Amino acid sequence: MSNIFVSHNNIVSSLGFTSESVVQNIHNEVSGLQFIDDPNILPEPCYTSLVHTEKLQTEFNILNPQKEYTRLEQMMITSLNKVILSSQIDINNRVGLIVSTTKGNVDALDNNSPFPKERAYLSELGKQIKDFFGFKHEAIVVSNACVSGILAVAIAKRYISQGIYDHVFITSGDVITEFILSGFNSFQALSNEPCKPYDKNRTGINIGEVAASVLVSKDDKNAPEEAVRILGEGSCNDANHISGPSRTGEGLFRSMKSAFNQAAISTNDIDYISAHGTATLFNDEMETIAFNRMQLEQVPLNSLKGYFGHSLGASGLVETIVGMHALKNNTLHKSLGFESLGVTKPINIITKTTEKKLQTFLKTASGFGGCNTAVIFQKNK
Amino acid sequence: MNTDFYITSYCNIKNNQMSLNGSLLFSDESSSFLEFIRSAYKSENTKYPKFFKMDNLSKLAFMAADVLLKNESLNTEGENNIAIVFSNKSSSLDTDRKHQESIQNKETYYPSPAVFVYTLPNICIGEISIKYKLYSENSFFIFDNFNADHLFAYSNSLLSDNKAESVLCGWVEFDDENNYEAFLYLVSKTGTLKHTKQNIITLYTR
Repeated sequence: MSNIFVSHNNIVSSLGFTSESVVQNIHNEVSGLQFIDDPNILPEPCYTSLVHTEKLQTEFNILNPQKEYTRLEQMMITSLNKVILSSQIDINNRVGLIVSTTKGNVDALDNNSPFPKERAYLSELGKQIKDFFGFKHEAIVVSNACVSGILAVAIAKRYISQGIYDHVFITSGDVITEFILSGFNSFQALSNEPCKPYDKNRTGINIGEVAASVLVSKDDKNAPEEAVRILGEGSCNDANHISGPSRTGEGLFRSMKSAFNQAAISTNDIDYISAHGTATLFNDEMETIAFNRMQLEQVPLNSLKGYFGHSLGASGLVETIVGMHALKNNTLHKSLGFESLGVTKPINIITKTTEKKLQTFLKTASGFGGCNTAVIFQKNK
Repeated sequence: MNTDFYITSYCNIKNNQMSLNGSLLFSDESSSFLEFIRSAYKSENTKYPKFFKMDNLSKLAFMAADVLLKNESLNTEGENNIAIVFSNKSSSLDTDRKHQESIQNKETYYPSPAVFVYTLPNICIGEISIKYKLYSENSFFIFDNFNADHLFAYSNSLLSDNKAESVLCGWVEFDDENNYEAFLYLVSKTGTLKHTKQNIITLYTR
């Protein structure tokens, strides 16, 4: 167990530009997914979730930018700015910055991009964020496929426990680009309906765009009510396949075991699981097997992909923030898009948004390259 | 910070030369990267057909890891809790450019899953994990330059929290044919060369 907290937080998404507004929409079972039919992004129509462009520009321009920023940078800066302001932390030598993303400004590689191709280097993205806020240290950019957002929390904790930083700000994000959609479509993984995680009529993934930011700190002074303590974390590989999930859920199982060992709590102490649930057959099945191996099949579980789609490098962080608010509000949110069980072992999917006393939750994510991450969080107050 | 961890071996691949613990294993200075890395693979007598499907970054990282781990006489029947912590500047940009090329013109639009899967830097970690059955902690970081401070701190954290018995870490960079470099080293709980920032930098610049 640690005395390290996830504290101030923000989400910039199709469902709002504050964590509170996003969580309220989730509470009301509002989805940010929308149908798009835009041959400039994808030859076929699909469902996605997009950040409202005019609203983003309005909010970003208030920050008085002195030069041009990419859409992703605008989203990350808008989001991180709110977290820095509410934390009232002075950006000094003891404060670190982590940027998590899978593809960053990859759209700068497009010949039609107004930005130079050099902008596609992820260290360049890190530099833009660092310079905007005047961080004293180089940004630590985490790019570990779809676990990046939640892995960033584990990394922040490890930096703080090594005594290198007192506070670490994380911003994570990915944007909808032709690059990403064409790639997932070549895997025939995209759905042209709203996604249905764990459902027997599932039709595949929706990709969405989100920026999410948090403060990870050794201090809970001035922390908001939804702040949580990080009890334990683990990030293990399947060692099985570069693009297909393990059939035995090996890496996820080991990640959870590692997190539980460190947290020194039992699986009975978990009140809620915020799972990955991408709504592909192989992912959903793999997670189900891993949760059963951990004897977590009775614990209420959801996937939030029905609200935002899969926001890649941001998904783990945005879902952690929603989980923190779920704890504060003592609310289990419906796993949107789920009707009847489409996996081969039992899991307890939340079918109705309900009030329940909550203390501790488990966040998991899995991604290409066989990576998996599990982190356990507990209510602080 | 003083630690009780040690650097037990290291591998460098650059300028069409591959060396282990400072001694040259293979060099082929006249050829392209692809010819060089294939010849290096053959010279090591590595029998692993998946190698030929990998992108440039994965081929580079795989070779460096393979010569280093092969030398460790690991018990591959049992489990080896070796974490992998890699970093570079160009992420998977070399393959990103190839995927972008396949979608740039609508007349020749043909995105391929075999290319797209390599548009993530951590895929090379997956490739090494599969070969050596490493079900261990893994992460990929991006920095402007080789960052010994970060690698030092993160390896220490994994070892002192008992998340791993040893850490395979370093820099695997592939921007293009003429700009590539791998430097991997193994940090363990026993050994003779102390795991310090200065020692990491010395081995990197050797």
